Amino acid sequence: MTALVSLRGLTKSYTRGPETIQVLHGIDLDIEQGDFVALMGPSGSGKTTLLNLIGGLDSPTSGEVEVGGQRIDQMNSGQLAHWRSNHVGFVFQFYNLLPVLTAQKNVELPLLLTNLSAAQRKRNAEIALELVGLKDRGKHKPKELSGGQEQRVAIARAIVSDPQLLVCDEPTGDLDRKTADEILTLLQRLNRDQGKTIIMVTHDPKAADFATHTVHLDKGDVVDAPALAAH
Amino acid sequence: MKYFELIWTALFRSRTRTLLTLLSVAAAFLLFGLLDSVRVAFNSSTNVAGYDRLITSSKLSITQMLPYSLTPKVEAVPGVRKAVYAAWFGGYYRDPKDFFPNFSVGPGFFDVYPEYQIPKTQVTAFENTRTGAVVGEALAKKYGWKIGDNIPMQATIFPTGGSNTWQMTLVGIFKVTDAKREGEEKQLVFNWKYFDEANDFVKSRVGWYIVKLDDAGDATQVARAIDAISENSDHETKTQTEQAFNQAFIKQFADIGLIVTAIMAAVFFTLVLLTGNTVSQSMRERIPELAVLKTLGFSNRAVLWLVLGEAVLLLFLGGALGIGLAQVMIPSISAASGGIVSLPSIPPETWAVGFALMLAIGIAVGILPALRAMRLNIVDALANR
Repeated sequence: MTALVSLRGLTKSYTRGPETIQVLHGIDLDIEQGDFVALMGPSGSGKTTLLNLIGGLDSPTSGEVEVGGQRIDQMNSGQLAHWRSNHVGFVFQFYNLLPVLTAQKNVELPLLLTNLSAAQRKRNAEIALELVGLKDRGKHKPKELSGGQEQRVAIARAIVSDPQLLVCDEPTGDLDRKTADEILTLLQRLNRDQGKTIIMVTHDPKAADFATHTVHLDKGDVVDAPALAAH
Repeated sequence: MKYFELIWTALFRSRTRTLLTLLSVAAAFLLFGLLDSVRVAFNSSTNVAGYDRLITSSKLSITQMLPYSLTPKVEAVPGVRKAVYAAWFGGYYRDPKDFFPNFSVGPGFFDVYPEYQIPKTQVTAFENTRTGAVVGEALAKKYGWKIGDNIPMQATIFPTGGSNTWQMTLVGIFKVTDAKREGEEKQLVFNWKYFDEANDFVKSRVGWYIVKLDDAGDATQVARAIDAISENSDHETKTQTEQAFNQAFIKQFADIGLIVTAIMAAVFFTLVLLTGNTVSQSMRERIPELAVLKTLGFSNRAVLWLVLGEAVLLLFLGGALGIGLAQVMIPSISAASGGIVSLPSIPPETWAVGFALMLAIGIAVGILPALRAMRLNIVDALANR
């Protein structure tokens, strides 16, 4: 197996006023293609920061981030935007759908950056909605959907451009247990059936059970990553 | 075009706010459409080609009078069928606020204005009555005048025998059939001979000549020939269309262009502040949504164009609505002006300036929010920091 995500000596610090806070301390980590990894750890351990760096939303202070063979830590913001649109799907805790657009149009959003025709964009969005079990909800606006349905729409938006990697930040943090399990089952299915590599930040050990691997972080260091930490 | 729906839906995210802003933009551009059309009309070409009735007045200023002795010379110009003189009186009735256009005219005035419908007997009475006056039907109705009434007009420029009161007798009432020119019924004319004999200041002077041509096709050469009569004299003339003459007359009192520019500058300055605030507020509320777009791969520049496009679209929608409304209202404005402003519709020049203003104001109000959106840090924006 080859590593889809490879991190070497990754550090990240933020400056807040006069203070510099080091969030990640030289992380080395490999995530194989097809893995479903749960990133766990207490608040402030650097989970979301690590996820943002892997997803190309932020740049490291030092170290290397290689995803799918590309050094994304060396890309500028324009290159990163283009890379994200082609290689990563994002799922957030609070869904982050655009409230003025229907579910269908929300799912189509990433396809606006492609050269697909309007008809093809519509067709692809319908397929993605069908995959998440919301074929008949395309014309509904987010406020007309339940939390679970909104998160399914967000997952459809994340997979519509067929990225290799899905990064999910607390995808079930705002859902009840039953709905959370449905969403996690859906992610598991996407991992198993579609071969998507998934990296999921969660506080919930039950959610982590759906993953194939769990990485524990504490105070900006990987403290436990069975079979994952780079050697 | 694929981003249009995104811009459109974002614009109507807060429907009430957007509609209110649209209304304020529309109101500003309605005012612009009306005022700028008037400005364009006042600066329109004075080309006489195609007109069969021209006005000859002093080249220097229409306040400068011309010698009465020009009359036979103008009439002798080939192509001139008739030349009738007139002179501005500028009086009022009872009180200065009871003002309406009033001037003295020479014989044959109603021959050169056949669109003023008046019984032949009244024309004869007018020409045979030294103090006779004729008014439009609207003016007669306004003051309840009837034939035979005495109208004491108060002079503001030309006293008579040391007094400002000019006694006139109403001998005729004319009607204008063209609804667009019904404002012309609000004027009074009286005999120039009475004016010439009785005023204390000027003798044998006229204000302008109304020149009726045999053929409108000869207008350019006839105008040139009339003006050639007085070339290099102390009373050089300028022969122009009636509309141009009317406009020049109004320009004596006010610089229309300056007034329009001053009003519109104030209106658009307020509009920029108001709309700029609305667009900024709308952008601030959508920071997490803009961050999501960036997360999905929309470039900084794409986000800038989305926000800027929204501001420009807002201005174009409101602006087009405003000028469109002005287009509907323009004919009634023309009618109310009594023929001074003749505008069948909004001139293309006004539409062009309007679109340029919509674009400029759209960019002005959208550029700062758009730059802010462009520079959004995704991580901070998603975390609402």
